[in-house]
Amino acid sequence: MKLNLILKVKPLLFILLLAPSIYWFASLYMGKMGINPIEKLIRELGEFSLQLLIITLCITPLSKIKILKNIIILRRMIGLFAFFYVCLHLSTYIIIDHFFNWEYILKDIYKRPFITFGFSAFLLMTPLALTSNNISIKKLSFKLWKKIHTLIYIIAPIAALHYYLLTKADKTEPLIYLIIIFILIFFRIYVYFSKKFSLPR
Amino acid sequence: MKKISSSNITKEKHYLNRRFFIKGGVASLLSVIPIKGYSFHNNSDKIKILNLQQKKDKLNSYEEITTYNNFYEFGMGKSDPSSNSNKFKPLPWSVNIEGLVENPGKINLEDLLKNMTIEDRIYRLRCVEGWSMVIPWQGFPLNKLIKKVKPLSSANYVQFETIYRPSEMPGQNTLFAEYRGVLPWPYLEGLRMDEAMHDLTILSTGLYGHDLLNQNGAPLRLVVPWKYGFKSIKSIVAIRFLQKQPETTWSEANPREYGFYSNVNPDVDHPRWSQATERRIGEFKRRNTLMFNGYAEEVSYLYKNMDLRKYY
Repeated sequence: MKLNLILKVKPLLFILLLAPSIYWFASLYMGKMGINPIEKLIRELGEFSLQLLIITLCITPLSKIKILKNIIILRRMIGLFAFFYVCLHLSTYIIIDHFFNWEYILKDIYKRPFITFGFSAFLLMTPLALTSNNISIKKLSFKLWKKIHTLIYIIAPIAALHYYLLTKADKTEPLIYLIIIFILIFFRIYVYFSKKFSLPR
Repeated sequence: MKKISSSNITKEKHYLNRRFFIKGGVASLLSVIPIKGYSFHNNSDKIKILNLQQKKDKLNSYEEITTYNNFYEFGMGKSDPSSNSNKFKPLPWSVNIEGLVENPGKINLEDLLKNMTIEDRIYRLRCVEGWSMVIPWQGFPLNKLIKKVKPLSSANYVQFETIYRPSEMPGQNTLFAEYRGVLPWPYLEGLRMDEAMHDLTILSTGLYGHDLLNQNGAPLRLVVPWKYGFKSIKSIVAIRFLQKQPETTWSEANPREYGFYSNVNPDVDHPRWSQATERRIGEFKRRNTLMFNGYAEEVSYLYKNMDLRKYY
């Protein structure tokens, strides 16, 4: 794909990724989010952020394919959208679901593994989101910046585990996410070691 | 126990115009197979309201009650039971009475209902997942059936079994069920004899003056209002009288998370989520969950000397 095309696609993708949030909150407001609307909103936001996280992880390996190499330009935006949806997911839980009942929320985070995992994923994502700009790369040096951003390999499995642990029965969907994430991480480990141990030609 | 006339409790127009509900699937079914005794909604003046907190508890709508269900035999999603259950044929129906009783054997549903007075019971239903509803059931106390079949003195427990009919219940023939964490079938539930004999425990045949829809456990289901919803087993084909505490599906599948008793208890959390609060379907703010789902006055004596943390 040509660089030009990607740059044209980018604003379109921005609107496309923003649209679900507007749609879901509008549906909630209009009472069209089903019988248990708050629970549904939290689920939709959470699942979409996990999907975006996985798409972000897919971009690097896909960009190794020659014709797709320019899609790397889209990675930052998709990653930031993943964080955007995580923020909406968390604030819906805090504000709409539990209405700032901090005692309850803190107990939840501390006591329940699935919420502990979910909240840790959010915390770990925050430095990544804050440094997702060119100034930060310059300030931190590319090497350090890259190191910080390897956190994504911890965040993604934790996020998927968060989903797996909250599922009461039929864990097919969270299992699929977990498997995809492990394949993507394995790919990187493979690339890393094959580079390290391959003899110079 | 408070008795309030029906006009005090609800303005739900569907309930008042209950006859309008008898249409569509169930109506056509009933017109094809006319069954005496399987149309039982003519005693609205005898509505019995148990411990509804004055006006704090409002009836959930018919739509809410019939489209937001957990009935894994028809699928795992909340709307699956209402959309996947149209193939299920609840009639004709019979219940097998087994185990330690004087009168075991098959009881035809119509024969059973001929001798039962159908009562209205408005109960809160609290799901273990943290949501709740208020449902106007029709049915009869389970103890009336138990007295008829005469359990032996050695019968300490009652086990219930849901129908296994994978050709009509798509949730019963999922692939790789074991690996996906789908439940083993048939679904089993159980009660201690004194719980089963308690007047609040009913076998329900209808709600909102309408024969039970398939997604709600047609044609006969248990309702135990002080226990989490999954104890109220649906589409019952067998009732077994046993000496020892029986196997129940959820506690077999995950003994750490689901106990045999599963009484609603805000102080004993599910290992993965708190049980202190619940969201009443249709309400915005969560409410505090009440001990025994608000039926403590009626049932707490059953568990007088029991450690409810141990027997969760």
